[in-house]
Amino acid sequence: MTRLTVNGTPMEAVSDPGTPLLDVLRGEMGLTGTRFGCGLEACGACFVLLDGQPVASCTTPLSVAEGRDVVTIEGLAPGDELHPVQQAILDEQAGQCGFCLSGIMVSAAALLARDPHPDEEAVVAALDRNLCRCGVHRRVVRAVLKAAGEVAR
Amino acid sequence: MNEQLTERVSIGPDGVICVIAGKVELGQGVLTALAQIAADALGADLAQVRMVAARTDGGPDEGLTAGSLSIQRAGPPLREACARVRAACAAEAARRWGVSPGEVTVRRGEFRSGDLTATYADLAKAVDVPVEETPAATGTAQSVYVGTSVPRLDLPDKVAGRPRFIHDLHLPGQLYGRVLRPPSPGARLARLSPPPEDLRVVRDGSFLGVLGESEAAADRALGRLRRLAEWDEHDTLPDERELRTFLRAGPHETIPVCVADGEPPGGEVIEATYSRPFLAHASIAPSCAAARWNADGTLEVWTHSQGVFLLRRALAEVLGLDVEHVAVRHVEGAGCYGHNGADDVALDAALLARESGGRPVHVRWSREDELTWAPFGSAMSADVSAVVDEAGSVRSWRYDVWSQGHISRPTYGGRPGLLAGAHLERPWTYGAAGDPPPQAGWGSARNAEPIYDFPRAQVTGHRLTETPIRSSALRSLGAFMNVFAIESFMDELALAAGRDPLEYRLDHLSDPRAREVLRRAADAAGWGRPGLGIGFARYKGYGAYCAAVAEIEADYDVRVRRLTLAVDVGQVVNPDGVRNQIEGGAVQATSWTLKERVRFDRRAITSRDWESYPILRFSETPEVVVELVEHPDTPSVGSGEAAQGPVAAAIANAVAASIEVRVRDLPITRDAIIGAIG
Repeated sequence: MTRLTVNGTPMEAVSDPGTPLLDVLRGEMGLTGTRFGCGLEACGACFVLLDGQPVASCTTPLSVAEGRDVVTIEGLAPGDELHPVQQAILDEQAGQCGFCLSGIMVSAAALLARDPHPDEEAVVAALDRNLCRCGVHRRVVRAVLKAAGEVAR
Repeated sequence: MNEQLTERVSIGPDGVICVIAGKVELGQGVLTALAQIAADALGADLAQVRMVAARTDGGPDEGLTAGSLSIQRAGPPLREACARVRAACAAEAARRWGVSPGEVTVRRGEFRSGDLTATYADLAKAVDVPVEETPAATGTAQSVYVGTSVPRLDLPDKVAGRPRFIHDLHLPGQLYGRVLRPPSPGARLARLSPPPEDLRVVRDGSFLGVLGESEAAADRALGRLRRLAEWDEHDTLPDERELRTFLRAGPHETIPVCVADGEPPGGEVIEATYSRPFLAHASIAPSCAAARWNADGTLEVWTHSQGVFLLRRALAEVLGLDVEHVAVRHVEGAGCYGHNGADDVALDAALLARESGGRPVHVRWSREDELTWAPFGSAMSADVSAVVDEAGSVRSWRYDVWSQGHISRPTYGGRPGLLAGAHLERPWTYGAAGDPPPQAGWGSARNAEPIYDFPRAQVTGHRLTETPIRSSALRSLGAFMNVFAIESFMDELALAAGRDPLEYRLDHLSDPRAREVLRRAADAAGWGRPGLGIGFARYKGYGAYCAAVAEIEADYDVRVRRLTLAVDVGQVVNPDGVRNQIEGGAVQATSWTLKERVRFDRRAITSRDWESYPILRFSETPEVVVELVEHPDTPSVGSGEAAQGPVAAAIANAVAASIEVRVRDLPITRDAIIGAIG
């Protein structure tokens, strides 16, 4: 049994402690918003916040999350609300297939939590570990800058 | 219970209008655009229209969602079906109210005549004439949604992280499957040690898979299976440094695109050779599918395939089933840029589910499978030569392109064309890819015919008919390479003549829409400044017009700062949707042009992950400016494949304009620039 907090709720995970956190979230916890992209921590699709830091859940064993705070895309904002980054992504229509977006929004939320006034360069740097294949990069950057305005307000 | 008014349209008691267009959402927003068309033709509120994913058990067979044809081909029949439904419901309202149908109007889903109103839900119940025989309504419905930037209907779920992708599918009792692919294309299973009892192995010839109760369990089982398998491997692949020779060695099918009579005129001859490597789809999500065999012998399959009906036929053939016993349903996957592993993994799921005791099996490929086993876009090479007059204008043009074919989709060429088929005990081999016919816009020769008014042109394709490397459709097929080659060469001709590349093109170009698009892109980009490069094409010769201007920074590495594109797609259904497709196409083409190349040694594909197959990152992505050139009275054509070729040429021409180095072999990497200087 591994105790951890997921999206603000204390949980007890029964999976083997060596199981990738991604599989625990998507499998036994039913939180499928976090994506499998490569399993090699090279694309960012599976990013979650671990104590506020974006980490690749595909290579993070459950045991590493013991006693810690995990936030997934489903928990970026309380209840049915949207995080300003999620709202801005919709406003800018910054998506095509949308598969990379969970990880991108997790990276962006982490950035805005530590720097509510990032410039474009800081946004690009914060997202550079996330891959997108459809080519919505510039829309995403615009959306995150817009969300920063909302967060700062 | 819904009232089924036509094959495409049914209406529920709650007023929800279910529309099944036969096209599938690939991340391009097509279902949103088709919903706009449907809502307008129905006179309905967009919120009451629900787009249903394509499936073989219900709904029309609209073939593939491919080739930038969905709006062009599926739009008109959908519009007509919806207009018939509207007319039938209006006729029912008129009968009920004792007025003539012409006195009934409909707006936002409400039928009205004077003070009398009725909804689609009220009227649909009473419509009993075959709607197919009702003349389509004309005139009265207004264009409320078509032409506006309606937000994507699927994006809210994806942004909130709600289950929507096939990867999130969870069927009752579902098992998870993994396939152990051979280590290289020519490998065959030599020996399999007896698996321990707790390892649920599925084997058929060299096809090996395992089942597990969870994703993690399936991954662990795959690791154990890997240690039990021994393979016979052979060197079957060409030398990746000699692709030009490999593509020219044959055997070939010769494809006459433009045949010129007589001898070419005299004059100065200028010639050049261009190439591109094999390219991977490299979607962010690996391919995925689910399958369930039922006790009555029927098979259900969930897939992100581009063509559920073709996949059904291919699966039925490999599995020895009647097509009527196979149901294939579309579920959204990650971005699809052509014939990727979606169809292949559906067969994997069916093969594993055949051995699962009736439990459904959900299969997801690994990143390595995705980058090494999905079909590639073919490497290509082209020789271009021109005879020019004293002013440097073209008197005669000759173009020869060498390529593997660009279509090996399920059932093409009479074969199932599914990866695992080739590994079975009784194999279904997949042959070399073919090409679409001229009326479908060619494959290797797509956009090989120049749009310019050359007095004489000889254009020939040469398709390799035997190859160990699997190739199929990748966004824009041969057009990316052919436009890159033609438009690079036009620049070389302009520079050789000492003429401005834009003016040089315009001097050879009479098509007014083409001229307008070129000028619009050039004006928006501030043409005339040093260092800019331009590229232009009309996709397939009859699709969207697109011109691109690139602004770059180059020393040894090339960085694209800004791309300015002008595009004419005829009537625009969703302006932001078109912009998004052009922006995305331009960014993906930048990635292809600067970074991408499938790597291999003589035995195996070696670009297996994001380090060995890098794609464009946020820090490398250019600003993209899109100018829509509106022609609302001309039919809509697709936008998804218009930008690729023009962008590649614009970048290469900008490199030549900025640092006076002409790179003719993609990708334009540091090594390629050094090579071109040397």
